[in-house]
Amino acid sequence: MLINLKKLSRRDFLKICSVITASMGLPLSMMDKVFASLKNKERPTVIWLHFMECTGCTESLLRSTHPPLGRFLLEIVNLEYHETLMPAAGKQAEEVLHEAMKKYKGKYICVVEGGISTKDNGIYCKIGGKTALEIAKDVTKDAKLVIAIGTCAAFGGIQAAKPNPTGAVGIADIISKDKVINIPGCPPNPYNFLATISYILTFGKLPELDELRRPKFAYGRLIHDQCERRGHFDEGRFAKAFGDEGHRKGYCLYKLGCKGPITHANCSVIRFCDVCVWPVSVGHPCMGCTEPNFWDEMEPFYKPIM
Amino acid sequence: MSQKIIIDPITRIEGHLRIDVEVNGGKVINAWSSAQMWRGIEVILRGRDPKIAWLFTQRICGVCTTVHAIASVRAVENALKMEVPLNAQYIRNIILCAHAIHDHIVHFYHLSALDWVDIISALKADPKKTAEIAQSISDWSGNSVTYFKKIKETLKNFIDSGQIGPFRNGYWGHPQMKLPPEVNLLAVAHYLTALDYQLKADQVVAILGGKNPHIQTVIVGGVATAINPDNEATLNQERLDFIRELLLSVKEFVQKVYLNDVIVIGCLYKDWFKIGKGVINYLAVPDLPLDTKGTDFDLPGGTIFNGKISNYHPIKSFNDPYFRDNVAESVVHSWYKDIGTKHPWEGETIPQYTDFQPNGKYSWVKAPRFKGEPMQVGPLAQILMGIASKHKLTMKWFNHCVEKAKSLGTKLTVDDLQSTMGRHLARAIRASVLADLALKHLDLLEKNIGKGDYEIWNEIKFPSGEIRGFGFHEAPRGALSHWIVINNGKIKNYQCVVPTTWNASPRDEKGKRGPYEESLIDNPVVEPERPLEILRTVHSFDPCIACAVHILNKGKEVKRIKVL
Repeated sequence: MLINLKKLSRRDFLKICSVITASMGLPLSMMDKVFASLKNKERPTVIWLHFMECTGCTESLLRSTHPPLGRFLLEIVNLEYHETLMPAAGKQAEEVLHEAMKKYKGKYICVVEGGISTKDNGIYCKIGGKTALEIAKDVTKDAKLVIAIGTCAAFGGIQAAKPNPTGAVGIADIISKDKVINIPGCPPNPYNFLATISYILTFGKLPELDELRRPKFAYGRLIHDQCERRGHFDEGRFAKAFGDEGHRKGYCLYKLGCKGPITHANCSVIRFCDVCVWPVSVGHPCMGCTEPNFWDEMEPFYKPIM
Repeated sequence: MSQKIIIDPITRIEGHLRIDVEVNGGKVINAWSSAQMWRGIEVILRGRDPKIAWLFTQRICGVCTTVHAIASVRAVENALKMEVPLNAQYIRNIILCAHAIHDHIVHFYHLSALDWVDIISALKADPKKTAEIAQSISDWSGNSVTYFKKIKETLKNFIDSGQIGPFRNGYWGHPQMKLPPEVNLLAVAHYLTALDYQLKADQVVAILGGKNPHIQTVIVGGVATAINPDNEATLNQERLDFIRELLLSVKEFVQKVYLNDVIVIGCLYKDWFKIGKGVINYLAVPDLPLDTKGTDFDLPGGTIFNGKISNYHPIKSFNDPYFRDNVAESVVHSWYKDIGTKHPWEGETIPQYTDFQPNGKYSWVKAPRFKGEPMQVGPLAQILMGIASKHKLTMKWFNHCVEKAKSLGTKLTVDDLQSTMGRHLARAIRASVLADLALKHLDLLEKNIGKGDYEIWNEIKFPSGEIRGFGFHEAPRGALSHWIVINNGKIKNYQCVVPTTWNASPRDEKGKRGPYEESLIDNPVVEPERPLEILRTVHSFDPCIACAVHILNKGKEVKRIKVL
């Protein structure tokens, strides 16, 4: 018998527990144990921290269909703290955070969105009177896993661009790298984040990671390897200006500054928003947003790499 | 005796905001709005190529994605005194409409509805009665008994799971929650269904913009979206058809569900049409240009002072000196060195952090003023300009609201719009107007392509020496402007005067409060420990702090803050 635990009411759940207990011939005192093992199916707790960011990474989740955000929140994870979505504010919000950290100590997944200011003791970003730097260290300490969503949380992001006035860094720069998974992108494709969570829940292990701790299923290849305009590149057919003949024929965007040849990501494969697009498909060069320090490293954005 | 309440963080907004209020006799008597983050984007822009400024500024905010891209390219184009091909204007306009519709849907259902809707109470609803209510106010085909039954079941399972995640510690059962269970269920159902429709609006943006959030097509001089009806890799008929279907579906949801939901909830919270008025000087900029120069628009903009519609003064073009010459920012109460009130081109941001001083400096947000006055911006301002200029689509949807409210026993006037609930209603009216206009601009685009015009970009060249430009956009949260000084083709100064800067503004040198602050005066607060009413009024502006603060600080630790 297949039981969909996610759809059970509490009453049904207890009923099933007693039926299982009885049918297995176990004494009712064993019910607690059965209950506990079934209860292990409880949704994994997520604590989501927002630091120096634009909320674009959270917004990207609003654009996902597999799973849709509603099901992700109601049936897949137990999102205890997320400033953009929670009804509680101020003191009530802070309470939720502290209770969740205590209750799920050592078990929760901490998702970090945004860079962390380290200059002048991190005073450039404060929430509830504490600096992002303090909160990041405090909340990740007892997390089982830390997922950095977006290039800001992974590598410092836009605020870390020269001259980096706030001393912004990624989360792996201030805590042990070992429990961090990076999902860079500005913002990342939401499926790279969602599938990472599902991967862990389904297979019970972390996905294979590259040396920058990015899942290989999403960042294993260069964009250039899988680009639909690669044929034009190989044949030397290039767009030379926006709207010129080559551009209108869908030729390669290398000469307009495309950074696909030096950027690791799956944009051309899974595309965005379920409408079969990514920047190159509409006619704009890739800007290399999944790579560290891309705001400085990939400049000039509108000139060829070589 | 008065009591001080500090709410930090204000949640369900973008960014980090703190609100302090003083309450006496169950009413707010004083208020302070304080932004708590600085990222320094404008500092990072100095010395860079103006052509790429939009890539950076768009990252000011991912909720208001696209808006800082559009304002930025318009600022550079204005400095270069250049025109933009018609196709590029139409493509940008469709993107702007679709993005704004997405944003308004999300703001109402996902960011602010829970201030008014008690999801726990929805469990007591009779789905049949909910369906009857829903069907009596709208002929939308989705409001069936089966639909509401299913939603109630999903909700029940979720709450019974004991893991209610982000919904913990909400203001459930608060005495100010006054909707009957059936209407609560209606709103919860549409909260979930709205997720599907905001996505459709987003998909329109993505088809034209390459991705979303943070589109990658708006370039200085036009757009990068290649047009060719006879090519498989460009904007062709299949793509245009896809956009049309999505827009039609979204339009139906906005005009039949979202707008009517706001009317119904508004009529059940009638008092809130009289609360939260605040600053009654309004500013909106014209948008959706119909020509290459930006002199003819589909949305009106201008100013209204003292809440008097008859005071309407239009802003007429992308280069109108009435707008250009009347914006200035004060930093007397902001954490910057006071260099006097400055025009954005002359703006400087020298940090001077002092901790929170209610009579001194207390926020990273500057205080922008128009002709020396604080201005309220946002959908309400824009709808008032529409009413003042007898804009057809605005009148059509405003009149729809008046009629609908009348059928529910509520008399609705222009004055009622100037309130906490009125801001929500104005936003829904604006979404309805934009749903019509998005399709109009798609028609215009198809017609122009049909003429054989595939132009999307005009070449740009920076002169030597100094040039200055400004670009504005009527963003979902209101009038947004970017100001750029370019020297020898490099950025010398860059300032953004954004909607939330206008609205979240602290006091100015004359001690005049900003719109959030002013609107909180006389707000009821029945339970100081759970200051739901404050959230209602602050959320009605749709705050976006990442946008509002583009400066910084040096200084000591702000003390631990919580609801006192």
